[in-house]
Amino acid sequence: MASTAKTVEAVISAAWGKPQSWTLDSYRSRGGYDGLKRALSMEPAAIIDEVKKSNLRGRGGAGFPTGMKWSFVPKDSPKPKYLAVNGDESEPGTFKDRYILENDPHMMLEGIAIASYALGVHTCYVYLRGEFKFQAERTQAAIDEAYKAGIFGKSLMGKEGFALDCFLVRGAGAYICGEETALLESLEGKKGWPRLKPPFPAVVGLFGCPTVVNNVETLASVPPILAKGADWYAKLGTDKSGGTHLVCLSGSVNRPGVYEVGMHTTILELIHDDKYGQGMPKGRKVKAVIPGGSSAPVLGADELDVALEFEALKMKQTMAGSGGVIVMDDATCMVRSLWRVARFYAEESCGQCTPCREGTPWQTRLLRKIEEGRAEMSDIDMLSNVASSIAPYPPIGLGNTICALGDAAALPTHSFLMRFRDEFEAHVREHRCPYGDHPWGSFGDWS
Amino acid sequence: MAEPLFTPEEQKKFDAGIAEILSHYPSDRKSAGMLPALRLLQDLKGWLPPDGLRLVAKSLEVTPERAYEVASFYVMYHLKKPGKYVIDVCTNLSCSLWGAEKMLAYLEQKLGLTAGETNDKFTLRETECLASCGTAPCLQINEDHHERLTQAKLDAILARLS
Ligand SMILES: Cc1cc2nc3c(=O)[nH]c(=O)nc-3n(C[C@H](O)[C@H](O)[C@H](O)COP(=O)(O)O)c2cc1C
Ligand code: SF4
Ligand code: FES
Repeated sequence: MASTAKTVEAVISAAWGKPQSWTLDSYRSRGGYDGLKRALSMEPAAIIDEVKKSNLRGRGGAGFPTGMKWSFVPKDSPKPKYLAVNGDESEPGTFKDRYILENDPHMMLEGIAIASYALGVHTCYVYLRGEFKFQAERTQAAIDEAYKAGIFGKSLMGKEGFALDCFLVRGAGAYICGEETALLESLEGKKGWPRLKPPFPAVVGLFGCPTVVNNVETLASVPPILAKGADWYAKLGTDKSGGTHLVCLSGSVNRPGVYEVGMHTTILELIHDDKYGQGMPKGRKVKAVIPGGSSAPVLGADELDVALEFEALKMKQTMAGSGGVIVMDDATCMVRSLWRVARFYAEESCGQCTPCREGTPWQTRLLRKIEEGRAEMSDIDMLSNVASSIAPYPPIGLGNTICALGDAAALPTHSFLMRFRDEFEAHVREHRCPYGDHPWGSFGDWS
Repeated sequence: MAEPLFTPEEQKKFDAGIAEILSHYPSDRKSAGMLPALRLLQDLKGWLPPDGLRLVAKSLEVTPERAYEVASFYVMYHLKKPGKYVIDVCTNLSCSLWGAEKMLAYLEQKLGLTAGETNDKFTLRETECLASCGTAPCLQINEDHHERLTQAKLDAILARLS
């Protein structure tokens, strides 16, 4: 399809691909740190109000309003407060934060500075997944530049009496550390076991102190809000969700990649428009799309005229999640796809809660049996029951576990079964995978 | 006598590294430095030998059991000595839709290893999403990242590993 999708103003990705875009000089030449300058002339409470008015919602998965989260931090706490940046980026199908870290890390650092000033935070930890070696080097270089330029350090960009330290920490390979309380445990030097909530991190977080956990993209969205105003930012989006956002397009589509889109951009536009995915591989049609990282319930081909936005996707009983849009074409086996997703959650369960610890490998075993043509019809019902015992559906969010990894493991199963049950039954009836040795769609045969 | 864990040069790097790590945390929270300290040790030795774990624990004023508990939770720490090159192949959904399973099978055959096995030169592992789903398939070799892999590209990369 030619480009008919409405053009979207690039707020976050404007500098990507420009020479040296990751350096402080480049960032400053584009008005970088002007937002911080304005913030430092304001009352902290007014900054939080500005972010509230912008309708910025968290980009890490849950879409929680950022200004509201910041306002939960107690103002009169005698304890220090912390900011923890979530750069764990491990939800399958998600690869946007790395592009911010690679192309424009100062945008995130300015967001950190503004948030810290607004919240009275003097120490920030940036937690990056362990596999981000190159991204960690880039980010550390930017942090070093910011210290040298007097942005971080004893006085925040010249603000007497307001010190801000920023430390980078690398994880070591554990998806669960993206869950905010597991991230805090990991930052405390422990294994990543999620904590029971409440208390929420805003009240009892890192080292028992009030802590805000925000995603990389969320923080990178803050400087433009301060520089250009909350009204401008809010107007870019919908009533309930301000700004633009990054989506990660992958799977069976001609041009996978990270695209900055509006809150109105639909899945169909993302897949087919010349500005974005440039359509399906030749002769193929869309069969299924996971719209928000592998934990988001899958949609069928007739459900894709929907905006990639929190509220619109919620109406379809799925979620915008982390912005990972995974496309499967009509030559892809749904059982094989779900089996792979289920294996991931079984592998990454921390093992604290029985439904998650026992249920996730059980799902995997049943799916393997179905895919290999060894299952009976009753195994399909069993699979559905196992998923329900981890977390029923719909609606989303009824999980029986400490953290939402349980939900993340059950939602794919429920939604695949709801939309593609006939394929599961065909495996049982034919005692084999109908796709034979080619279950992975049109790009699945590597050479 | 048993070989000392570190050469004098390594010892210096370790001590300086630990001091730097500890400066990032409140003074009563030394144990928070566990992940970076384990990484420091692994960068120096290529894995986490038991002597090293004890040393990390001592530096952070925790028990060796605690260091082991953390080290064994995270997949990037090597509690056994790996091959010279650790190859981690992502086979998660988006990569499999671009042939990752076939790429892994090719590697298994070429290296004579099944995923999860180690020989002198290589450790081959299947891993989870590496945030390269848009540039699939991908893998990491000793944490260096390679994307958009074709068989020709992969052969060229392997040929450079001596
Ligand atoms: C299992 C699990 C994994 C998660 N992984 C990530 C992640 O990799 N990155 C991220 O930003 N948020 C992740 N989250 C969401 C965080 O818990 C948290 O909501 C988020 O960091 C808040 O930031 P935001 O308000 O800026 O979105 C994950 C949540 C769960 C339950
Ligand atoms: S739901 Fe799973 S990952 Fe989350 S705390 Fe429970 S066992 Fe751990
Ligand atoms: S699925 Fe392989 S990098 Fe994401």
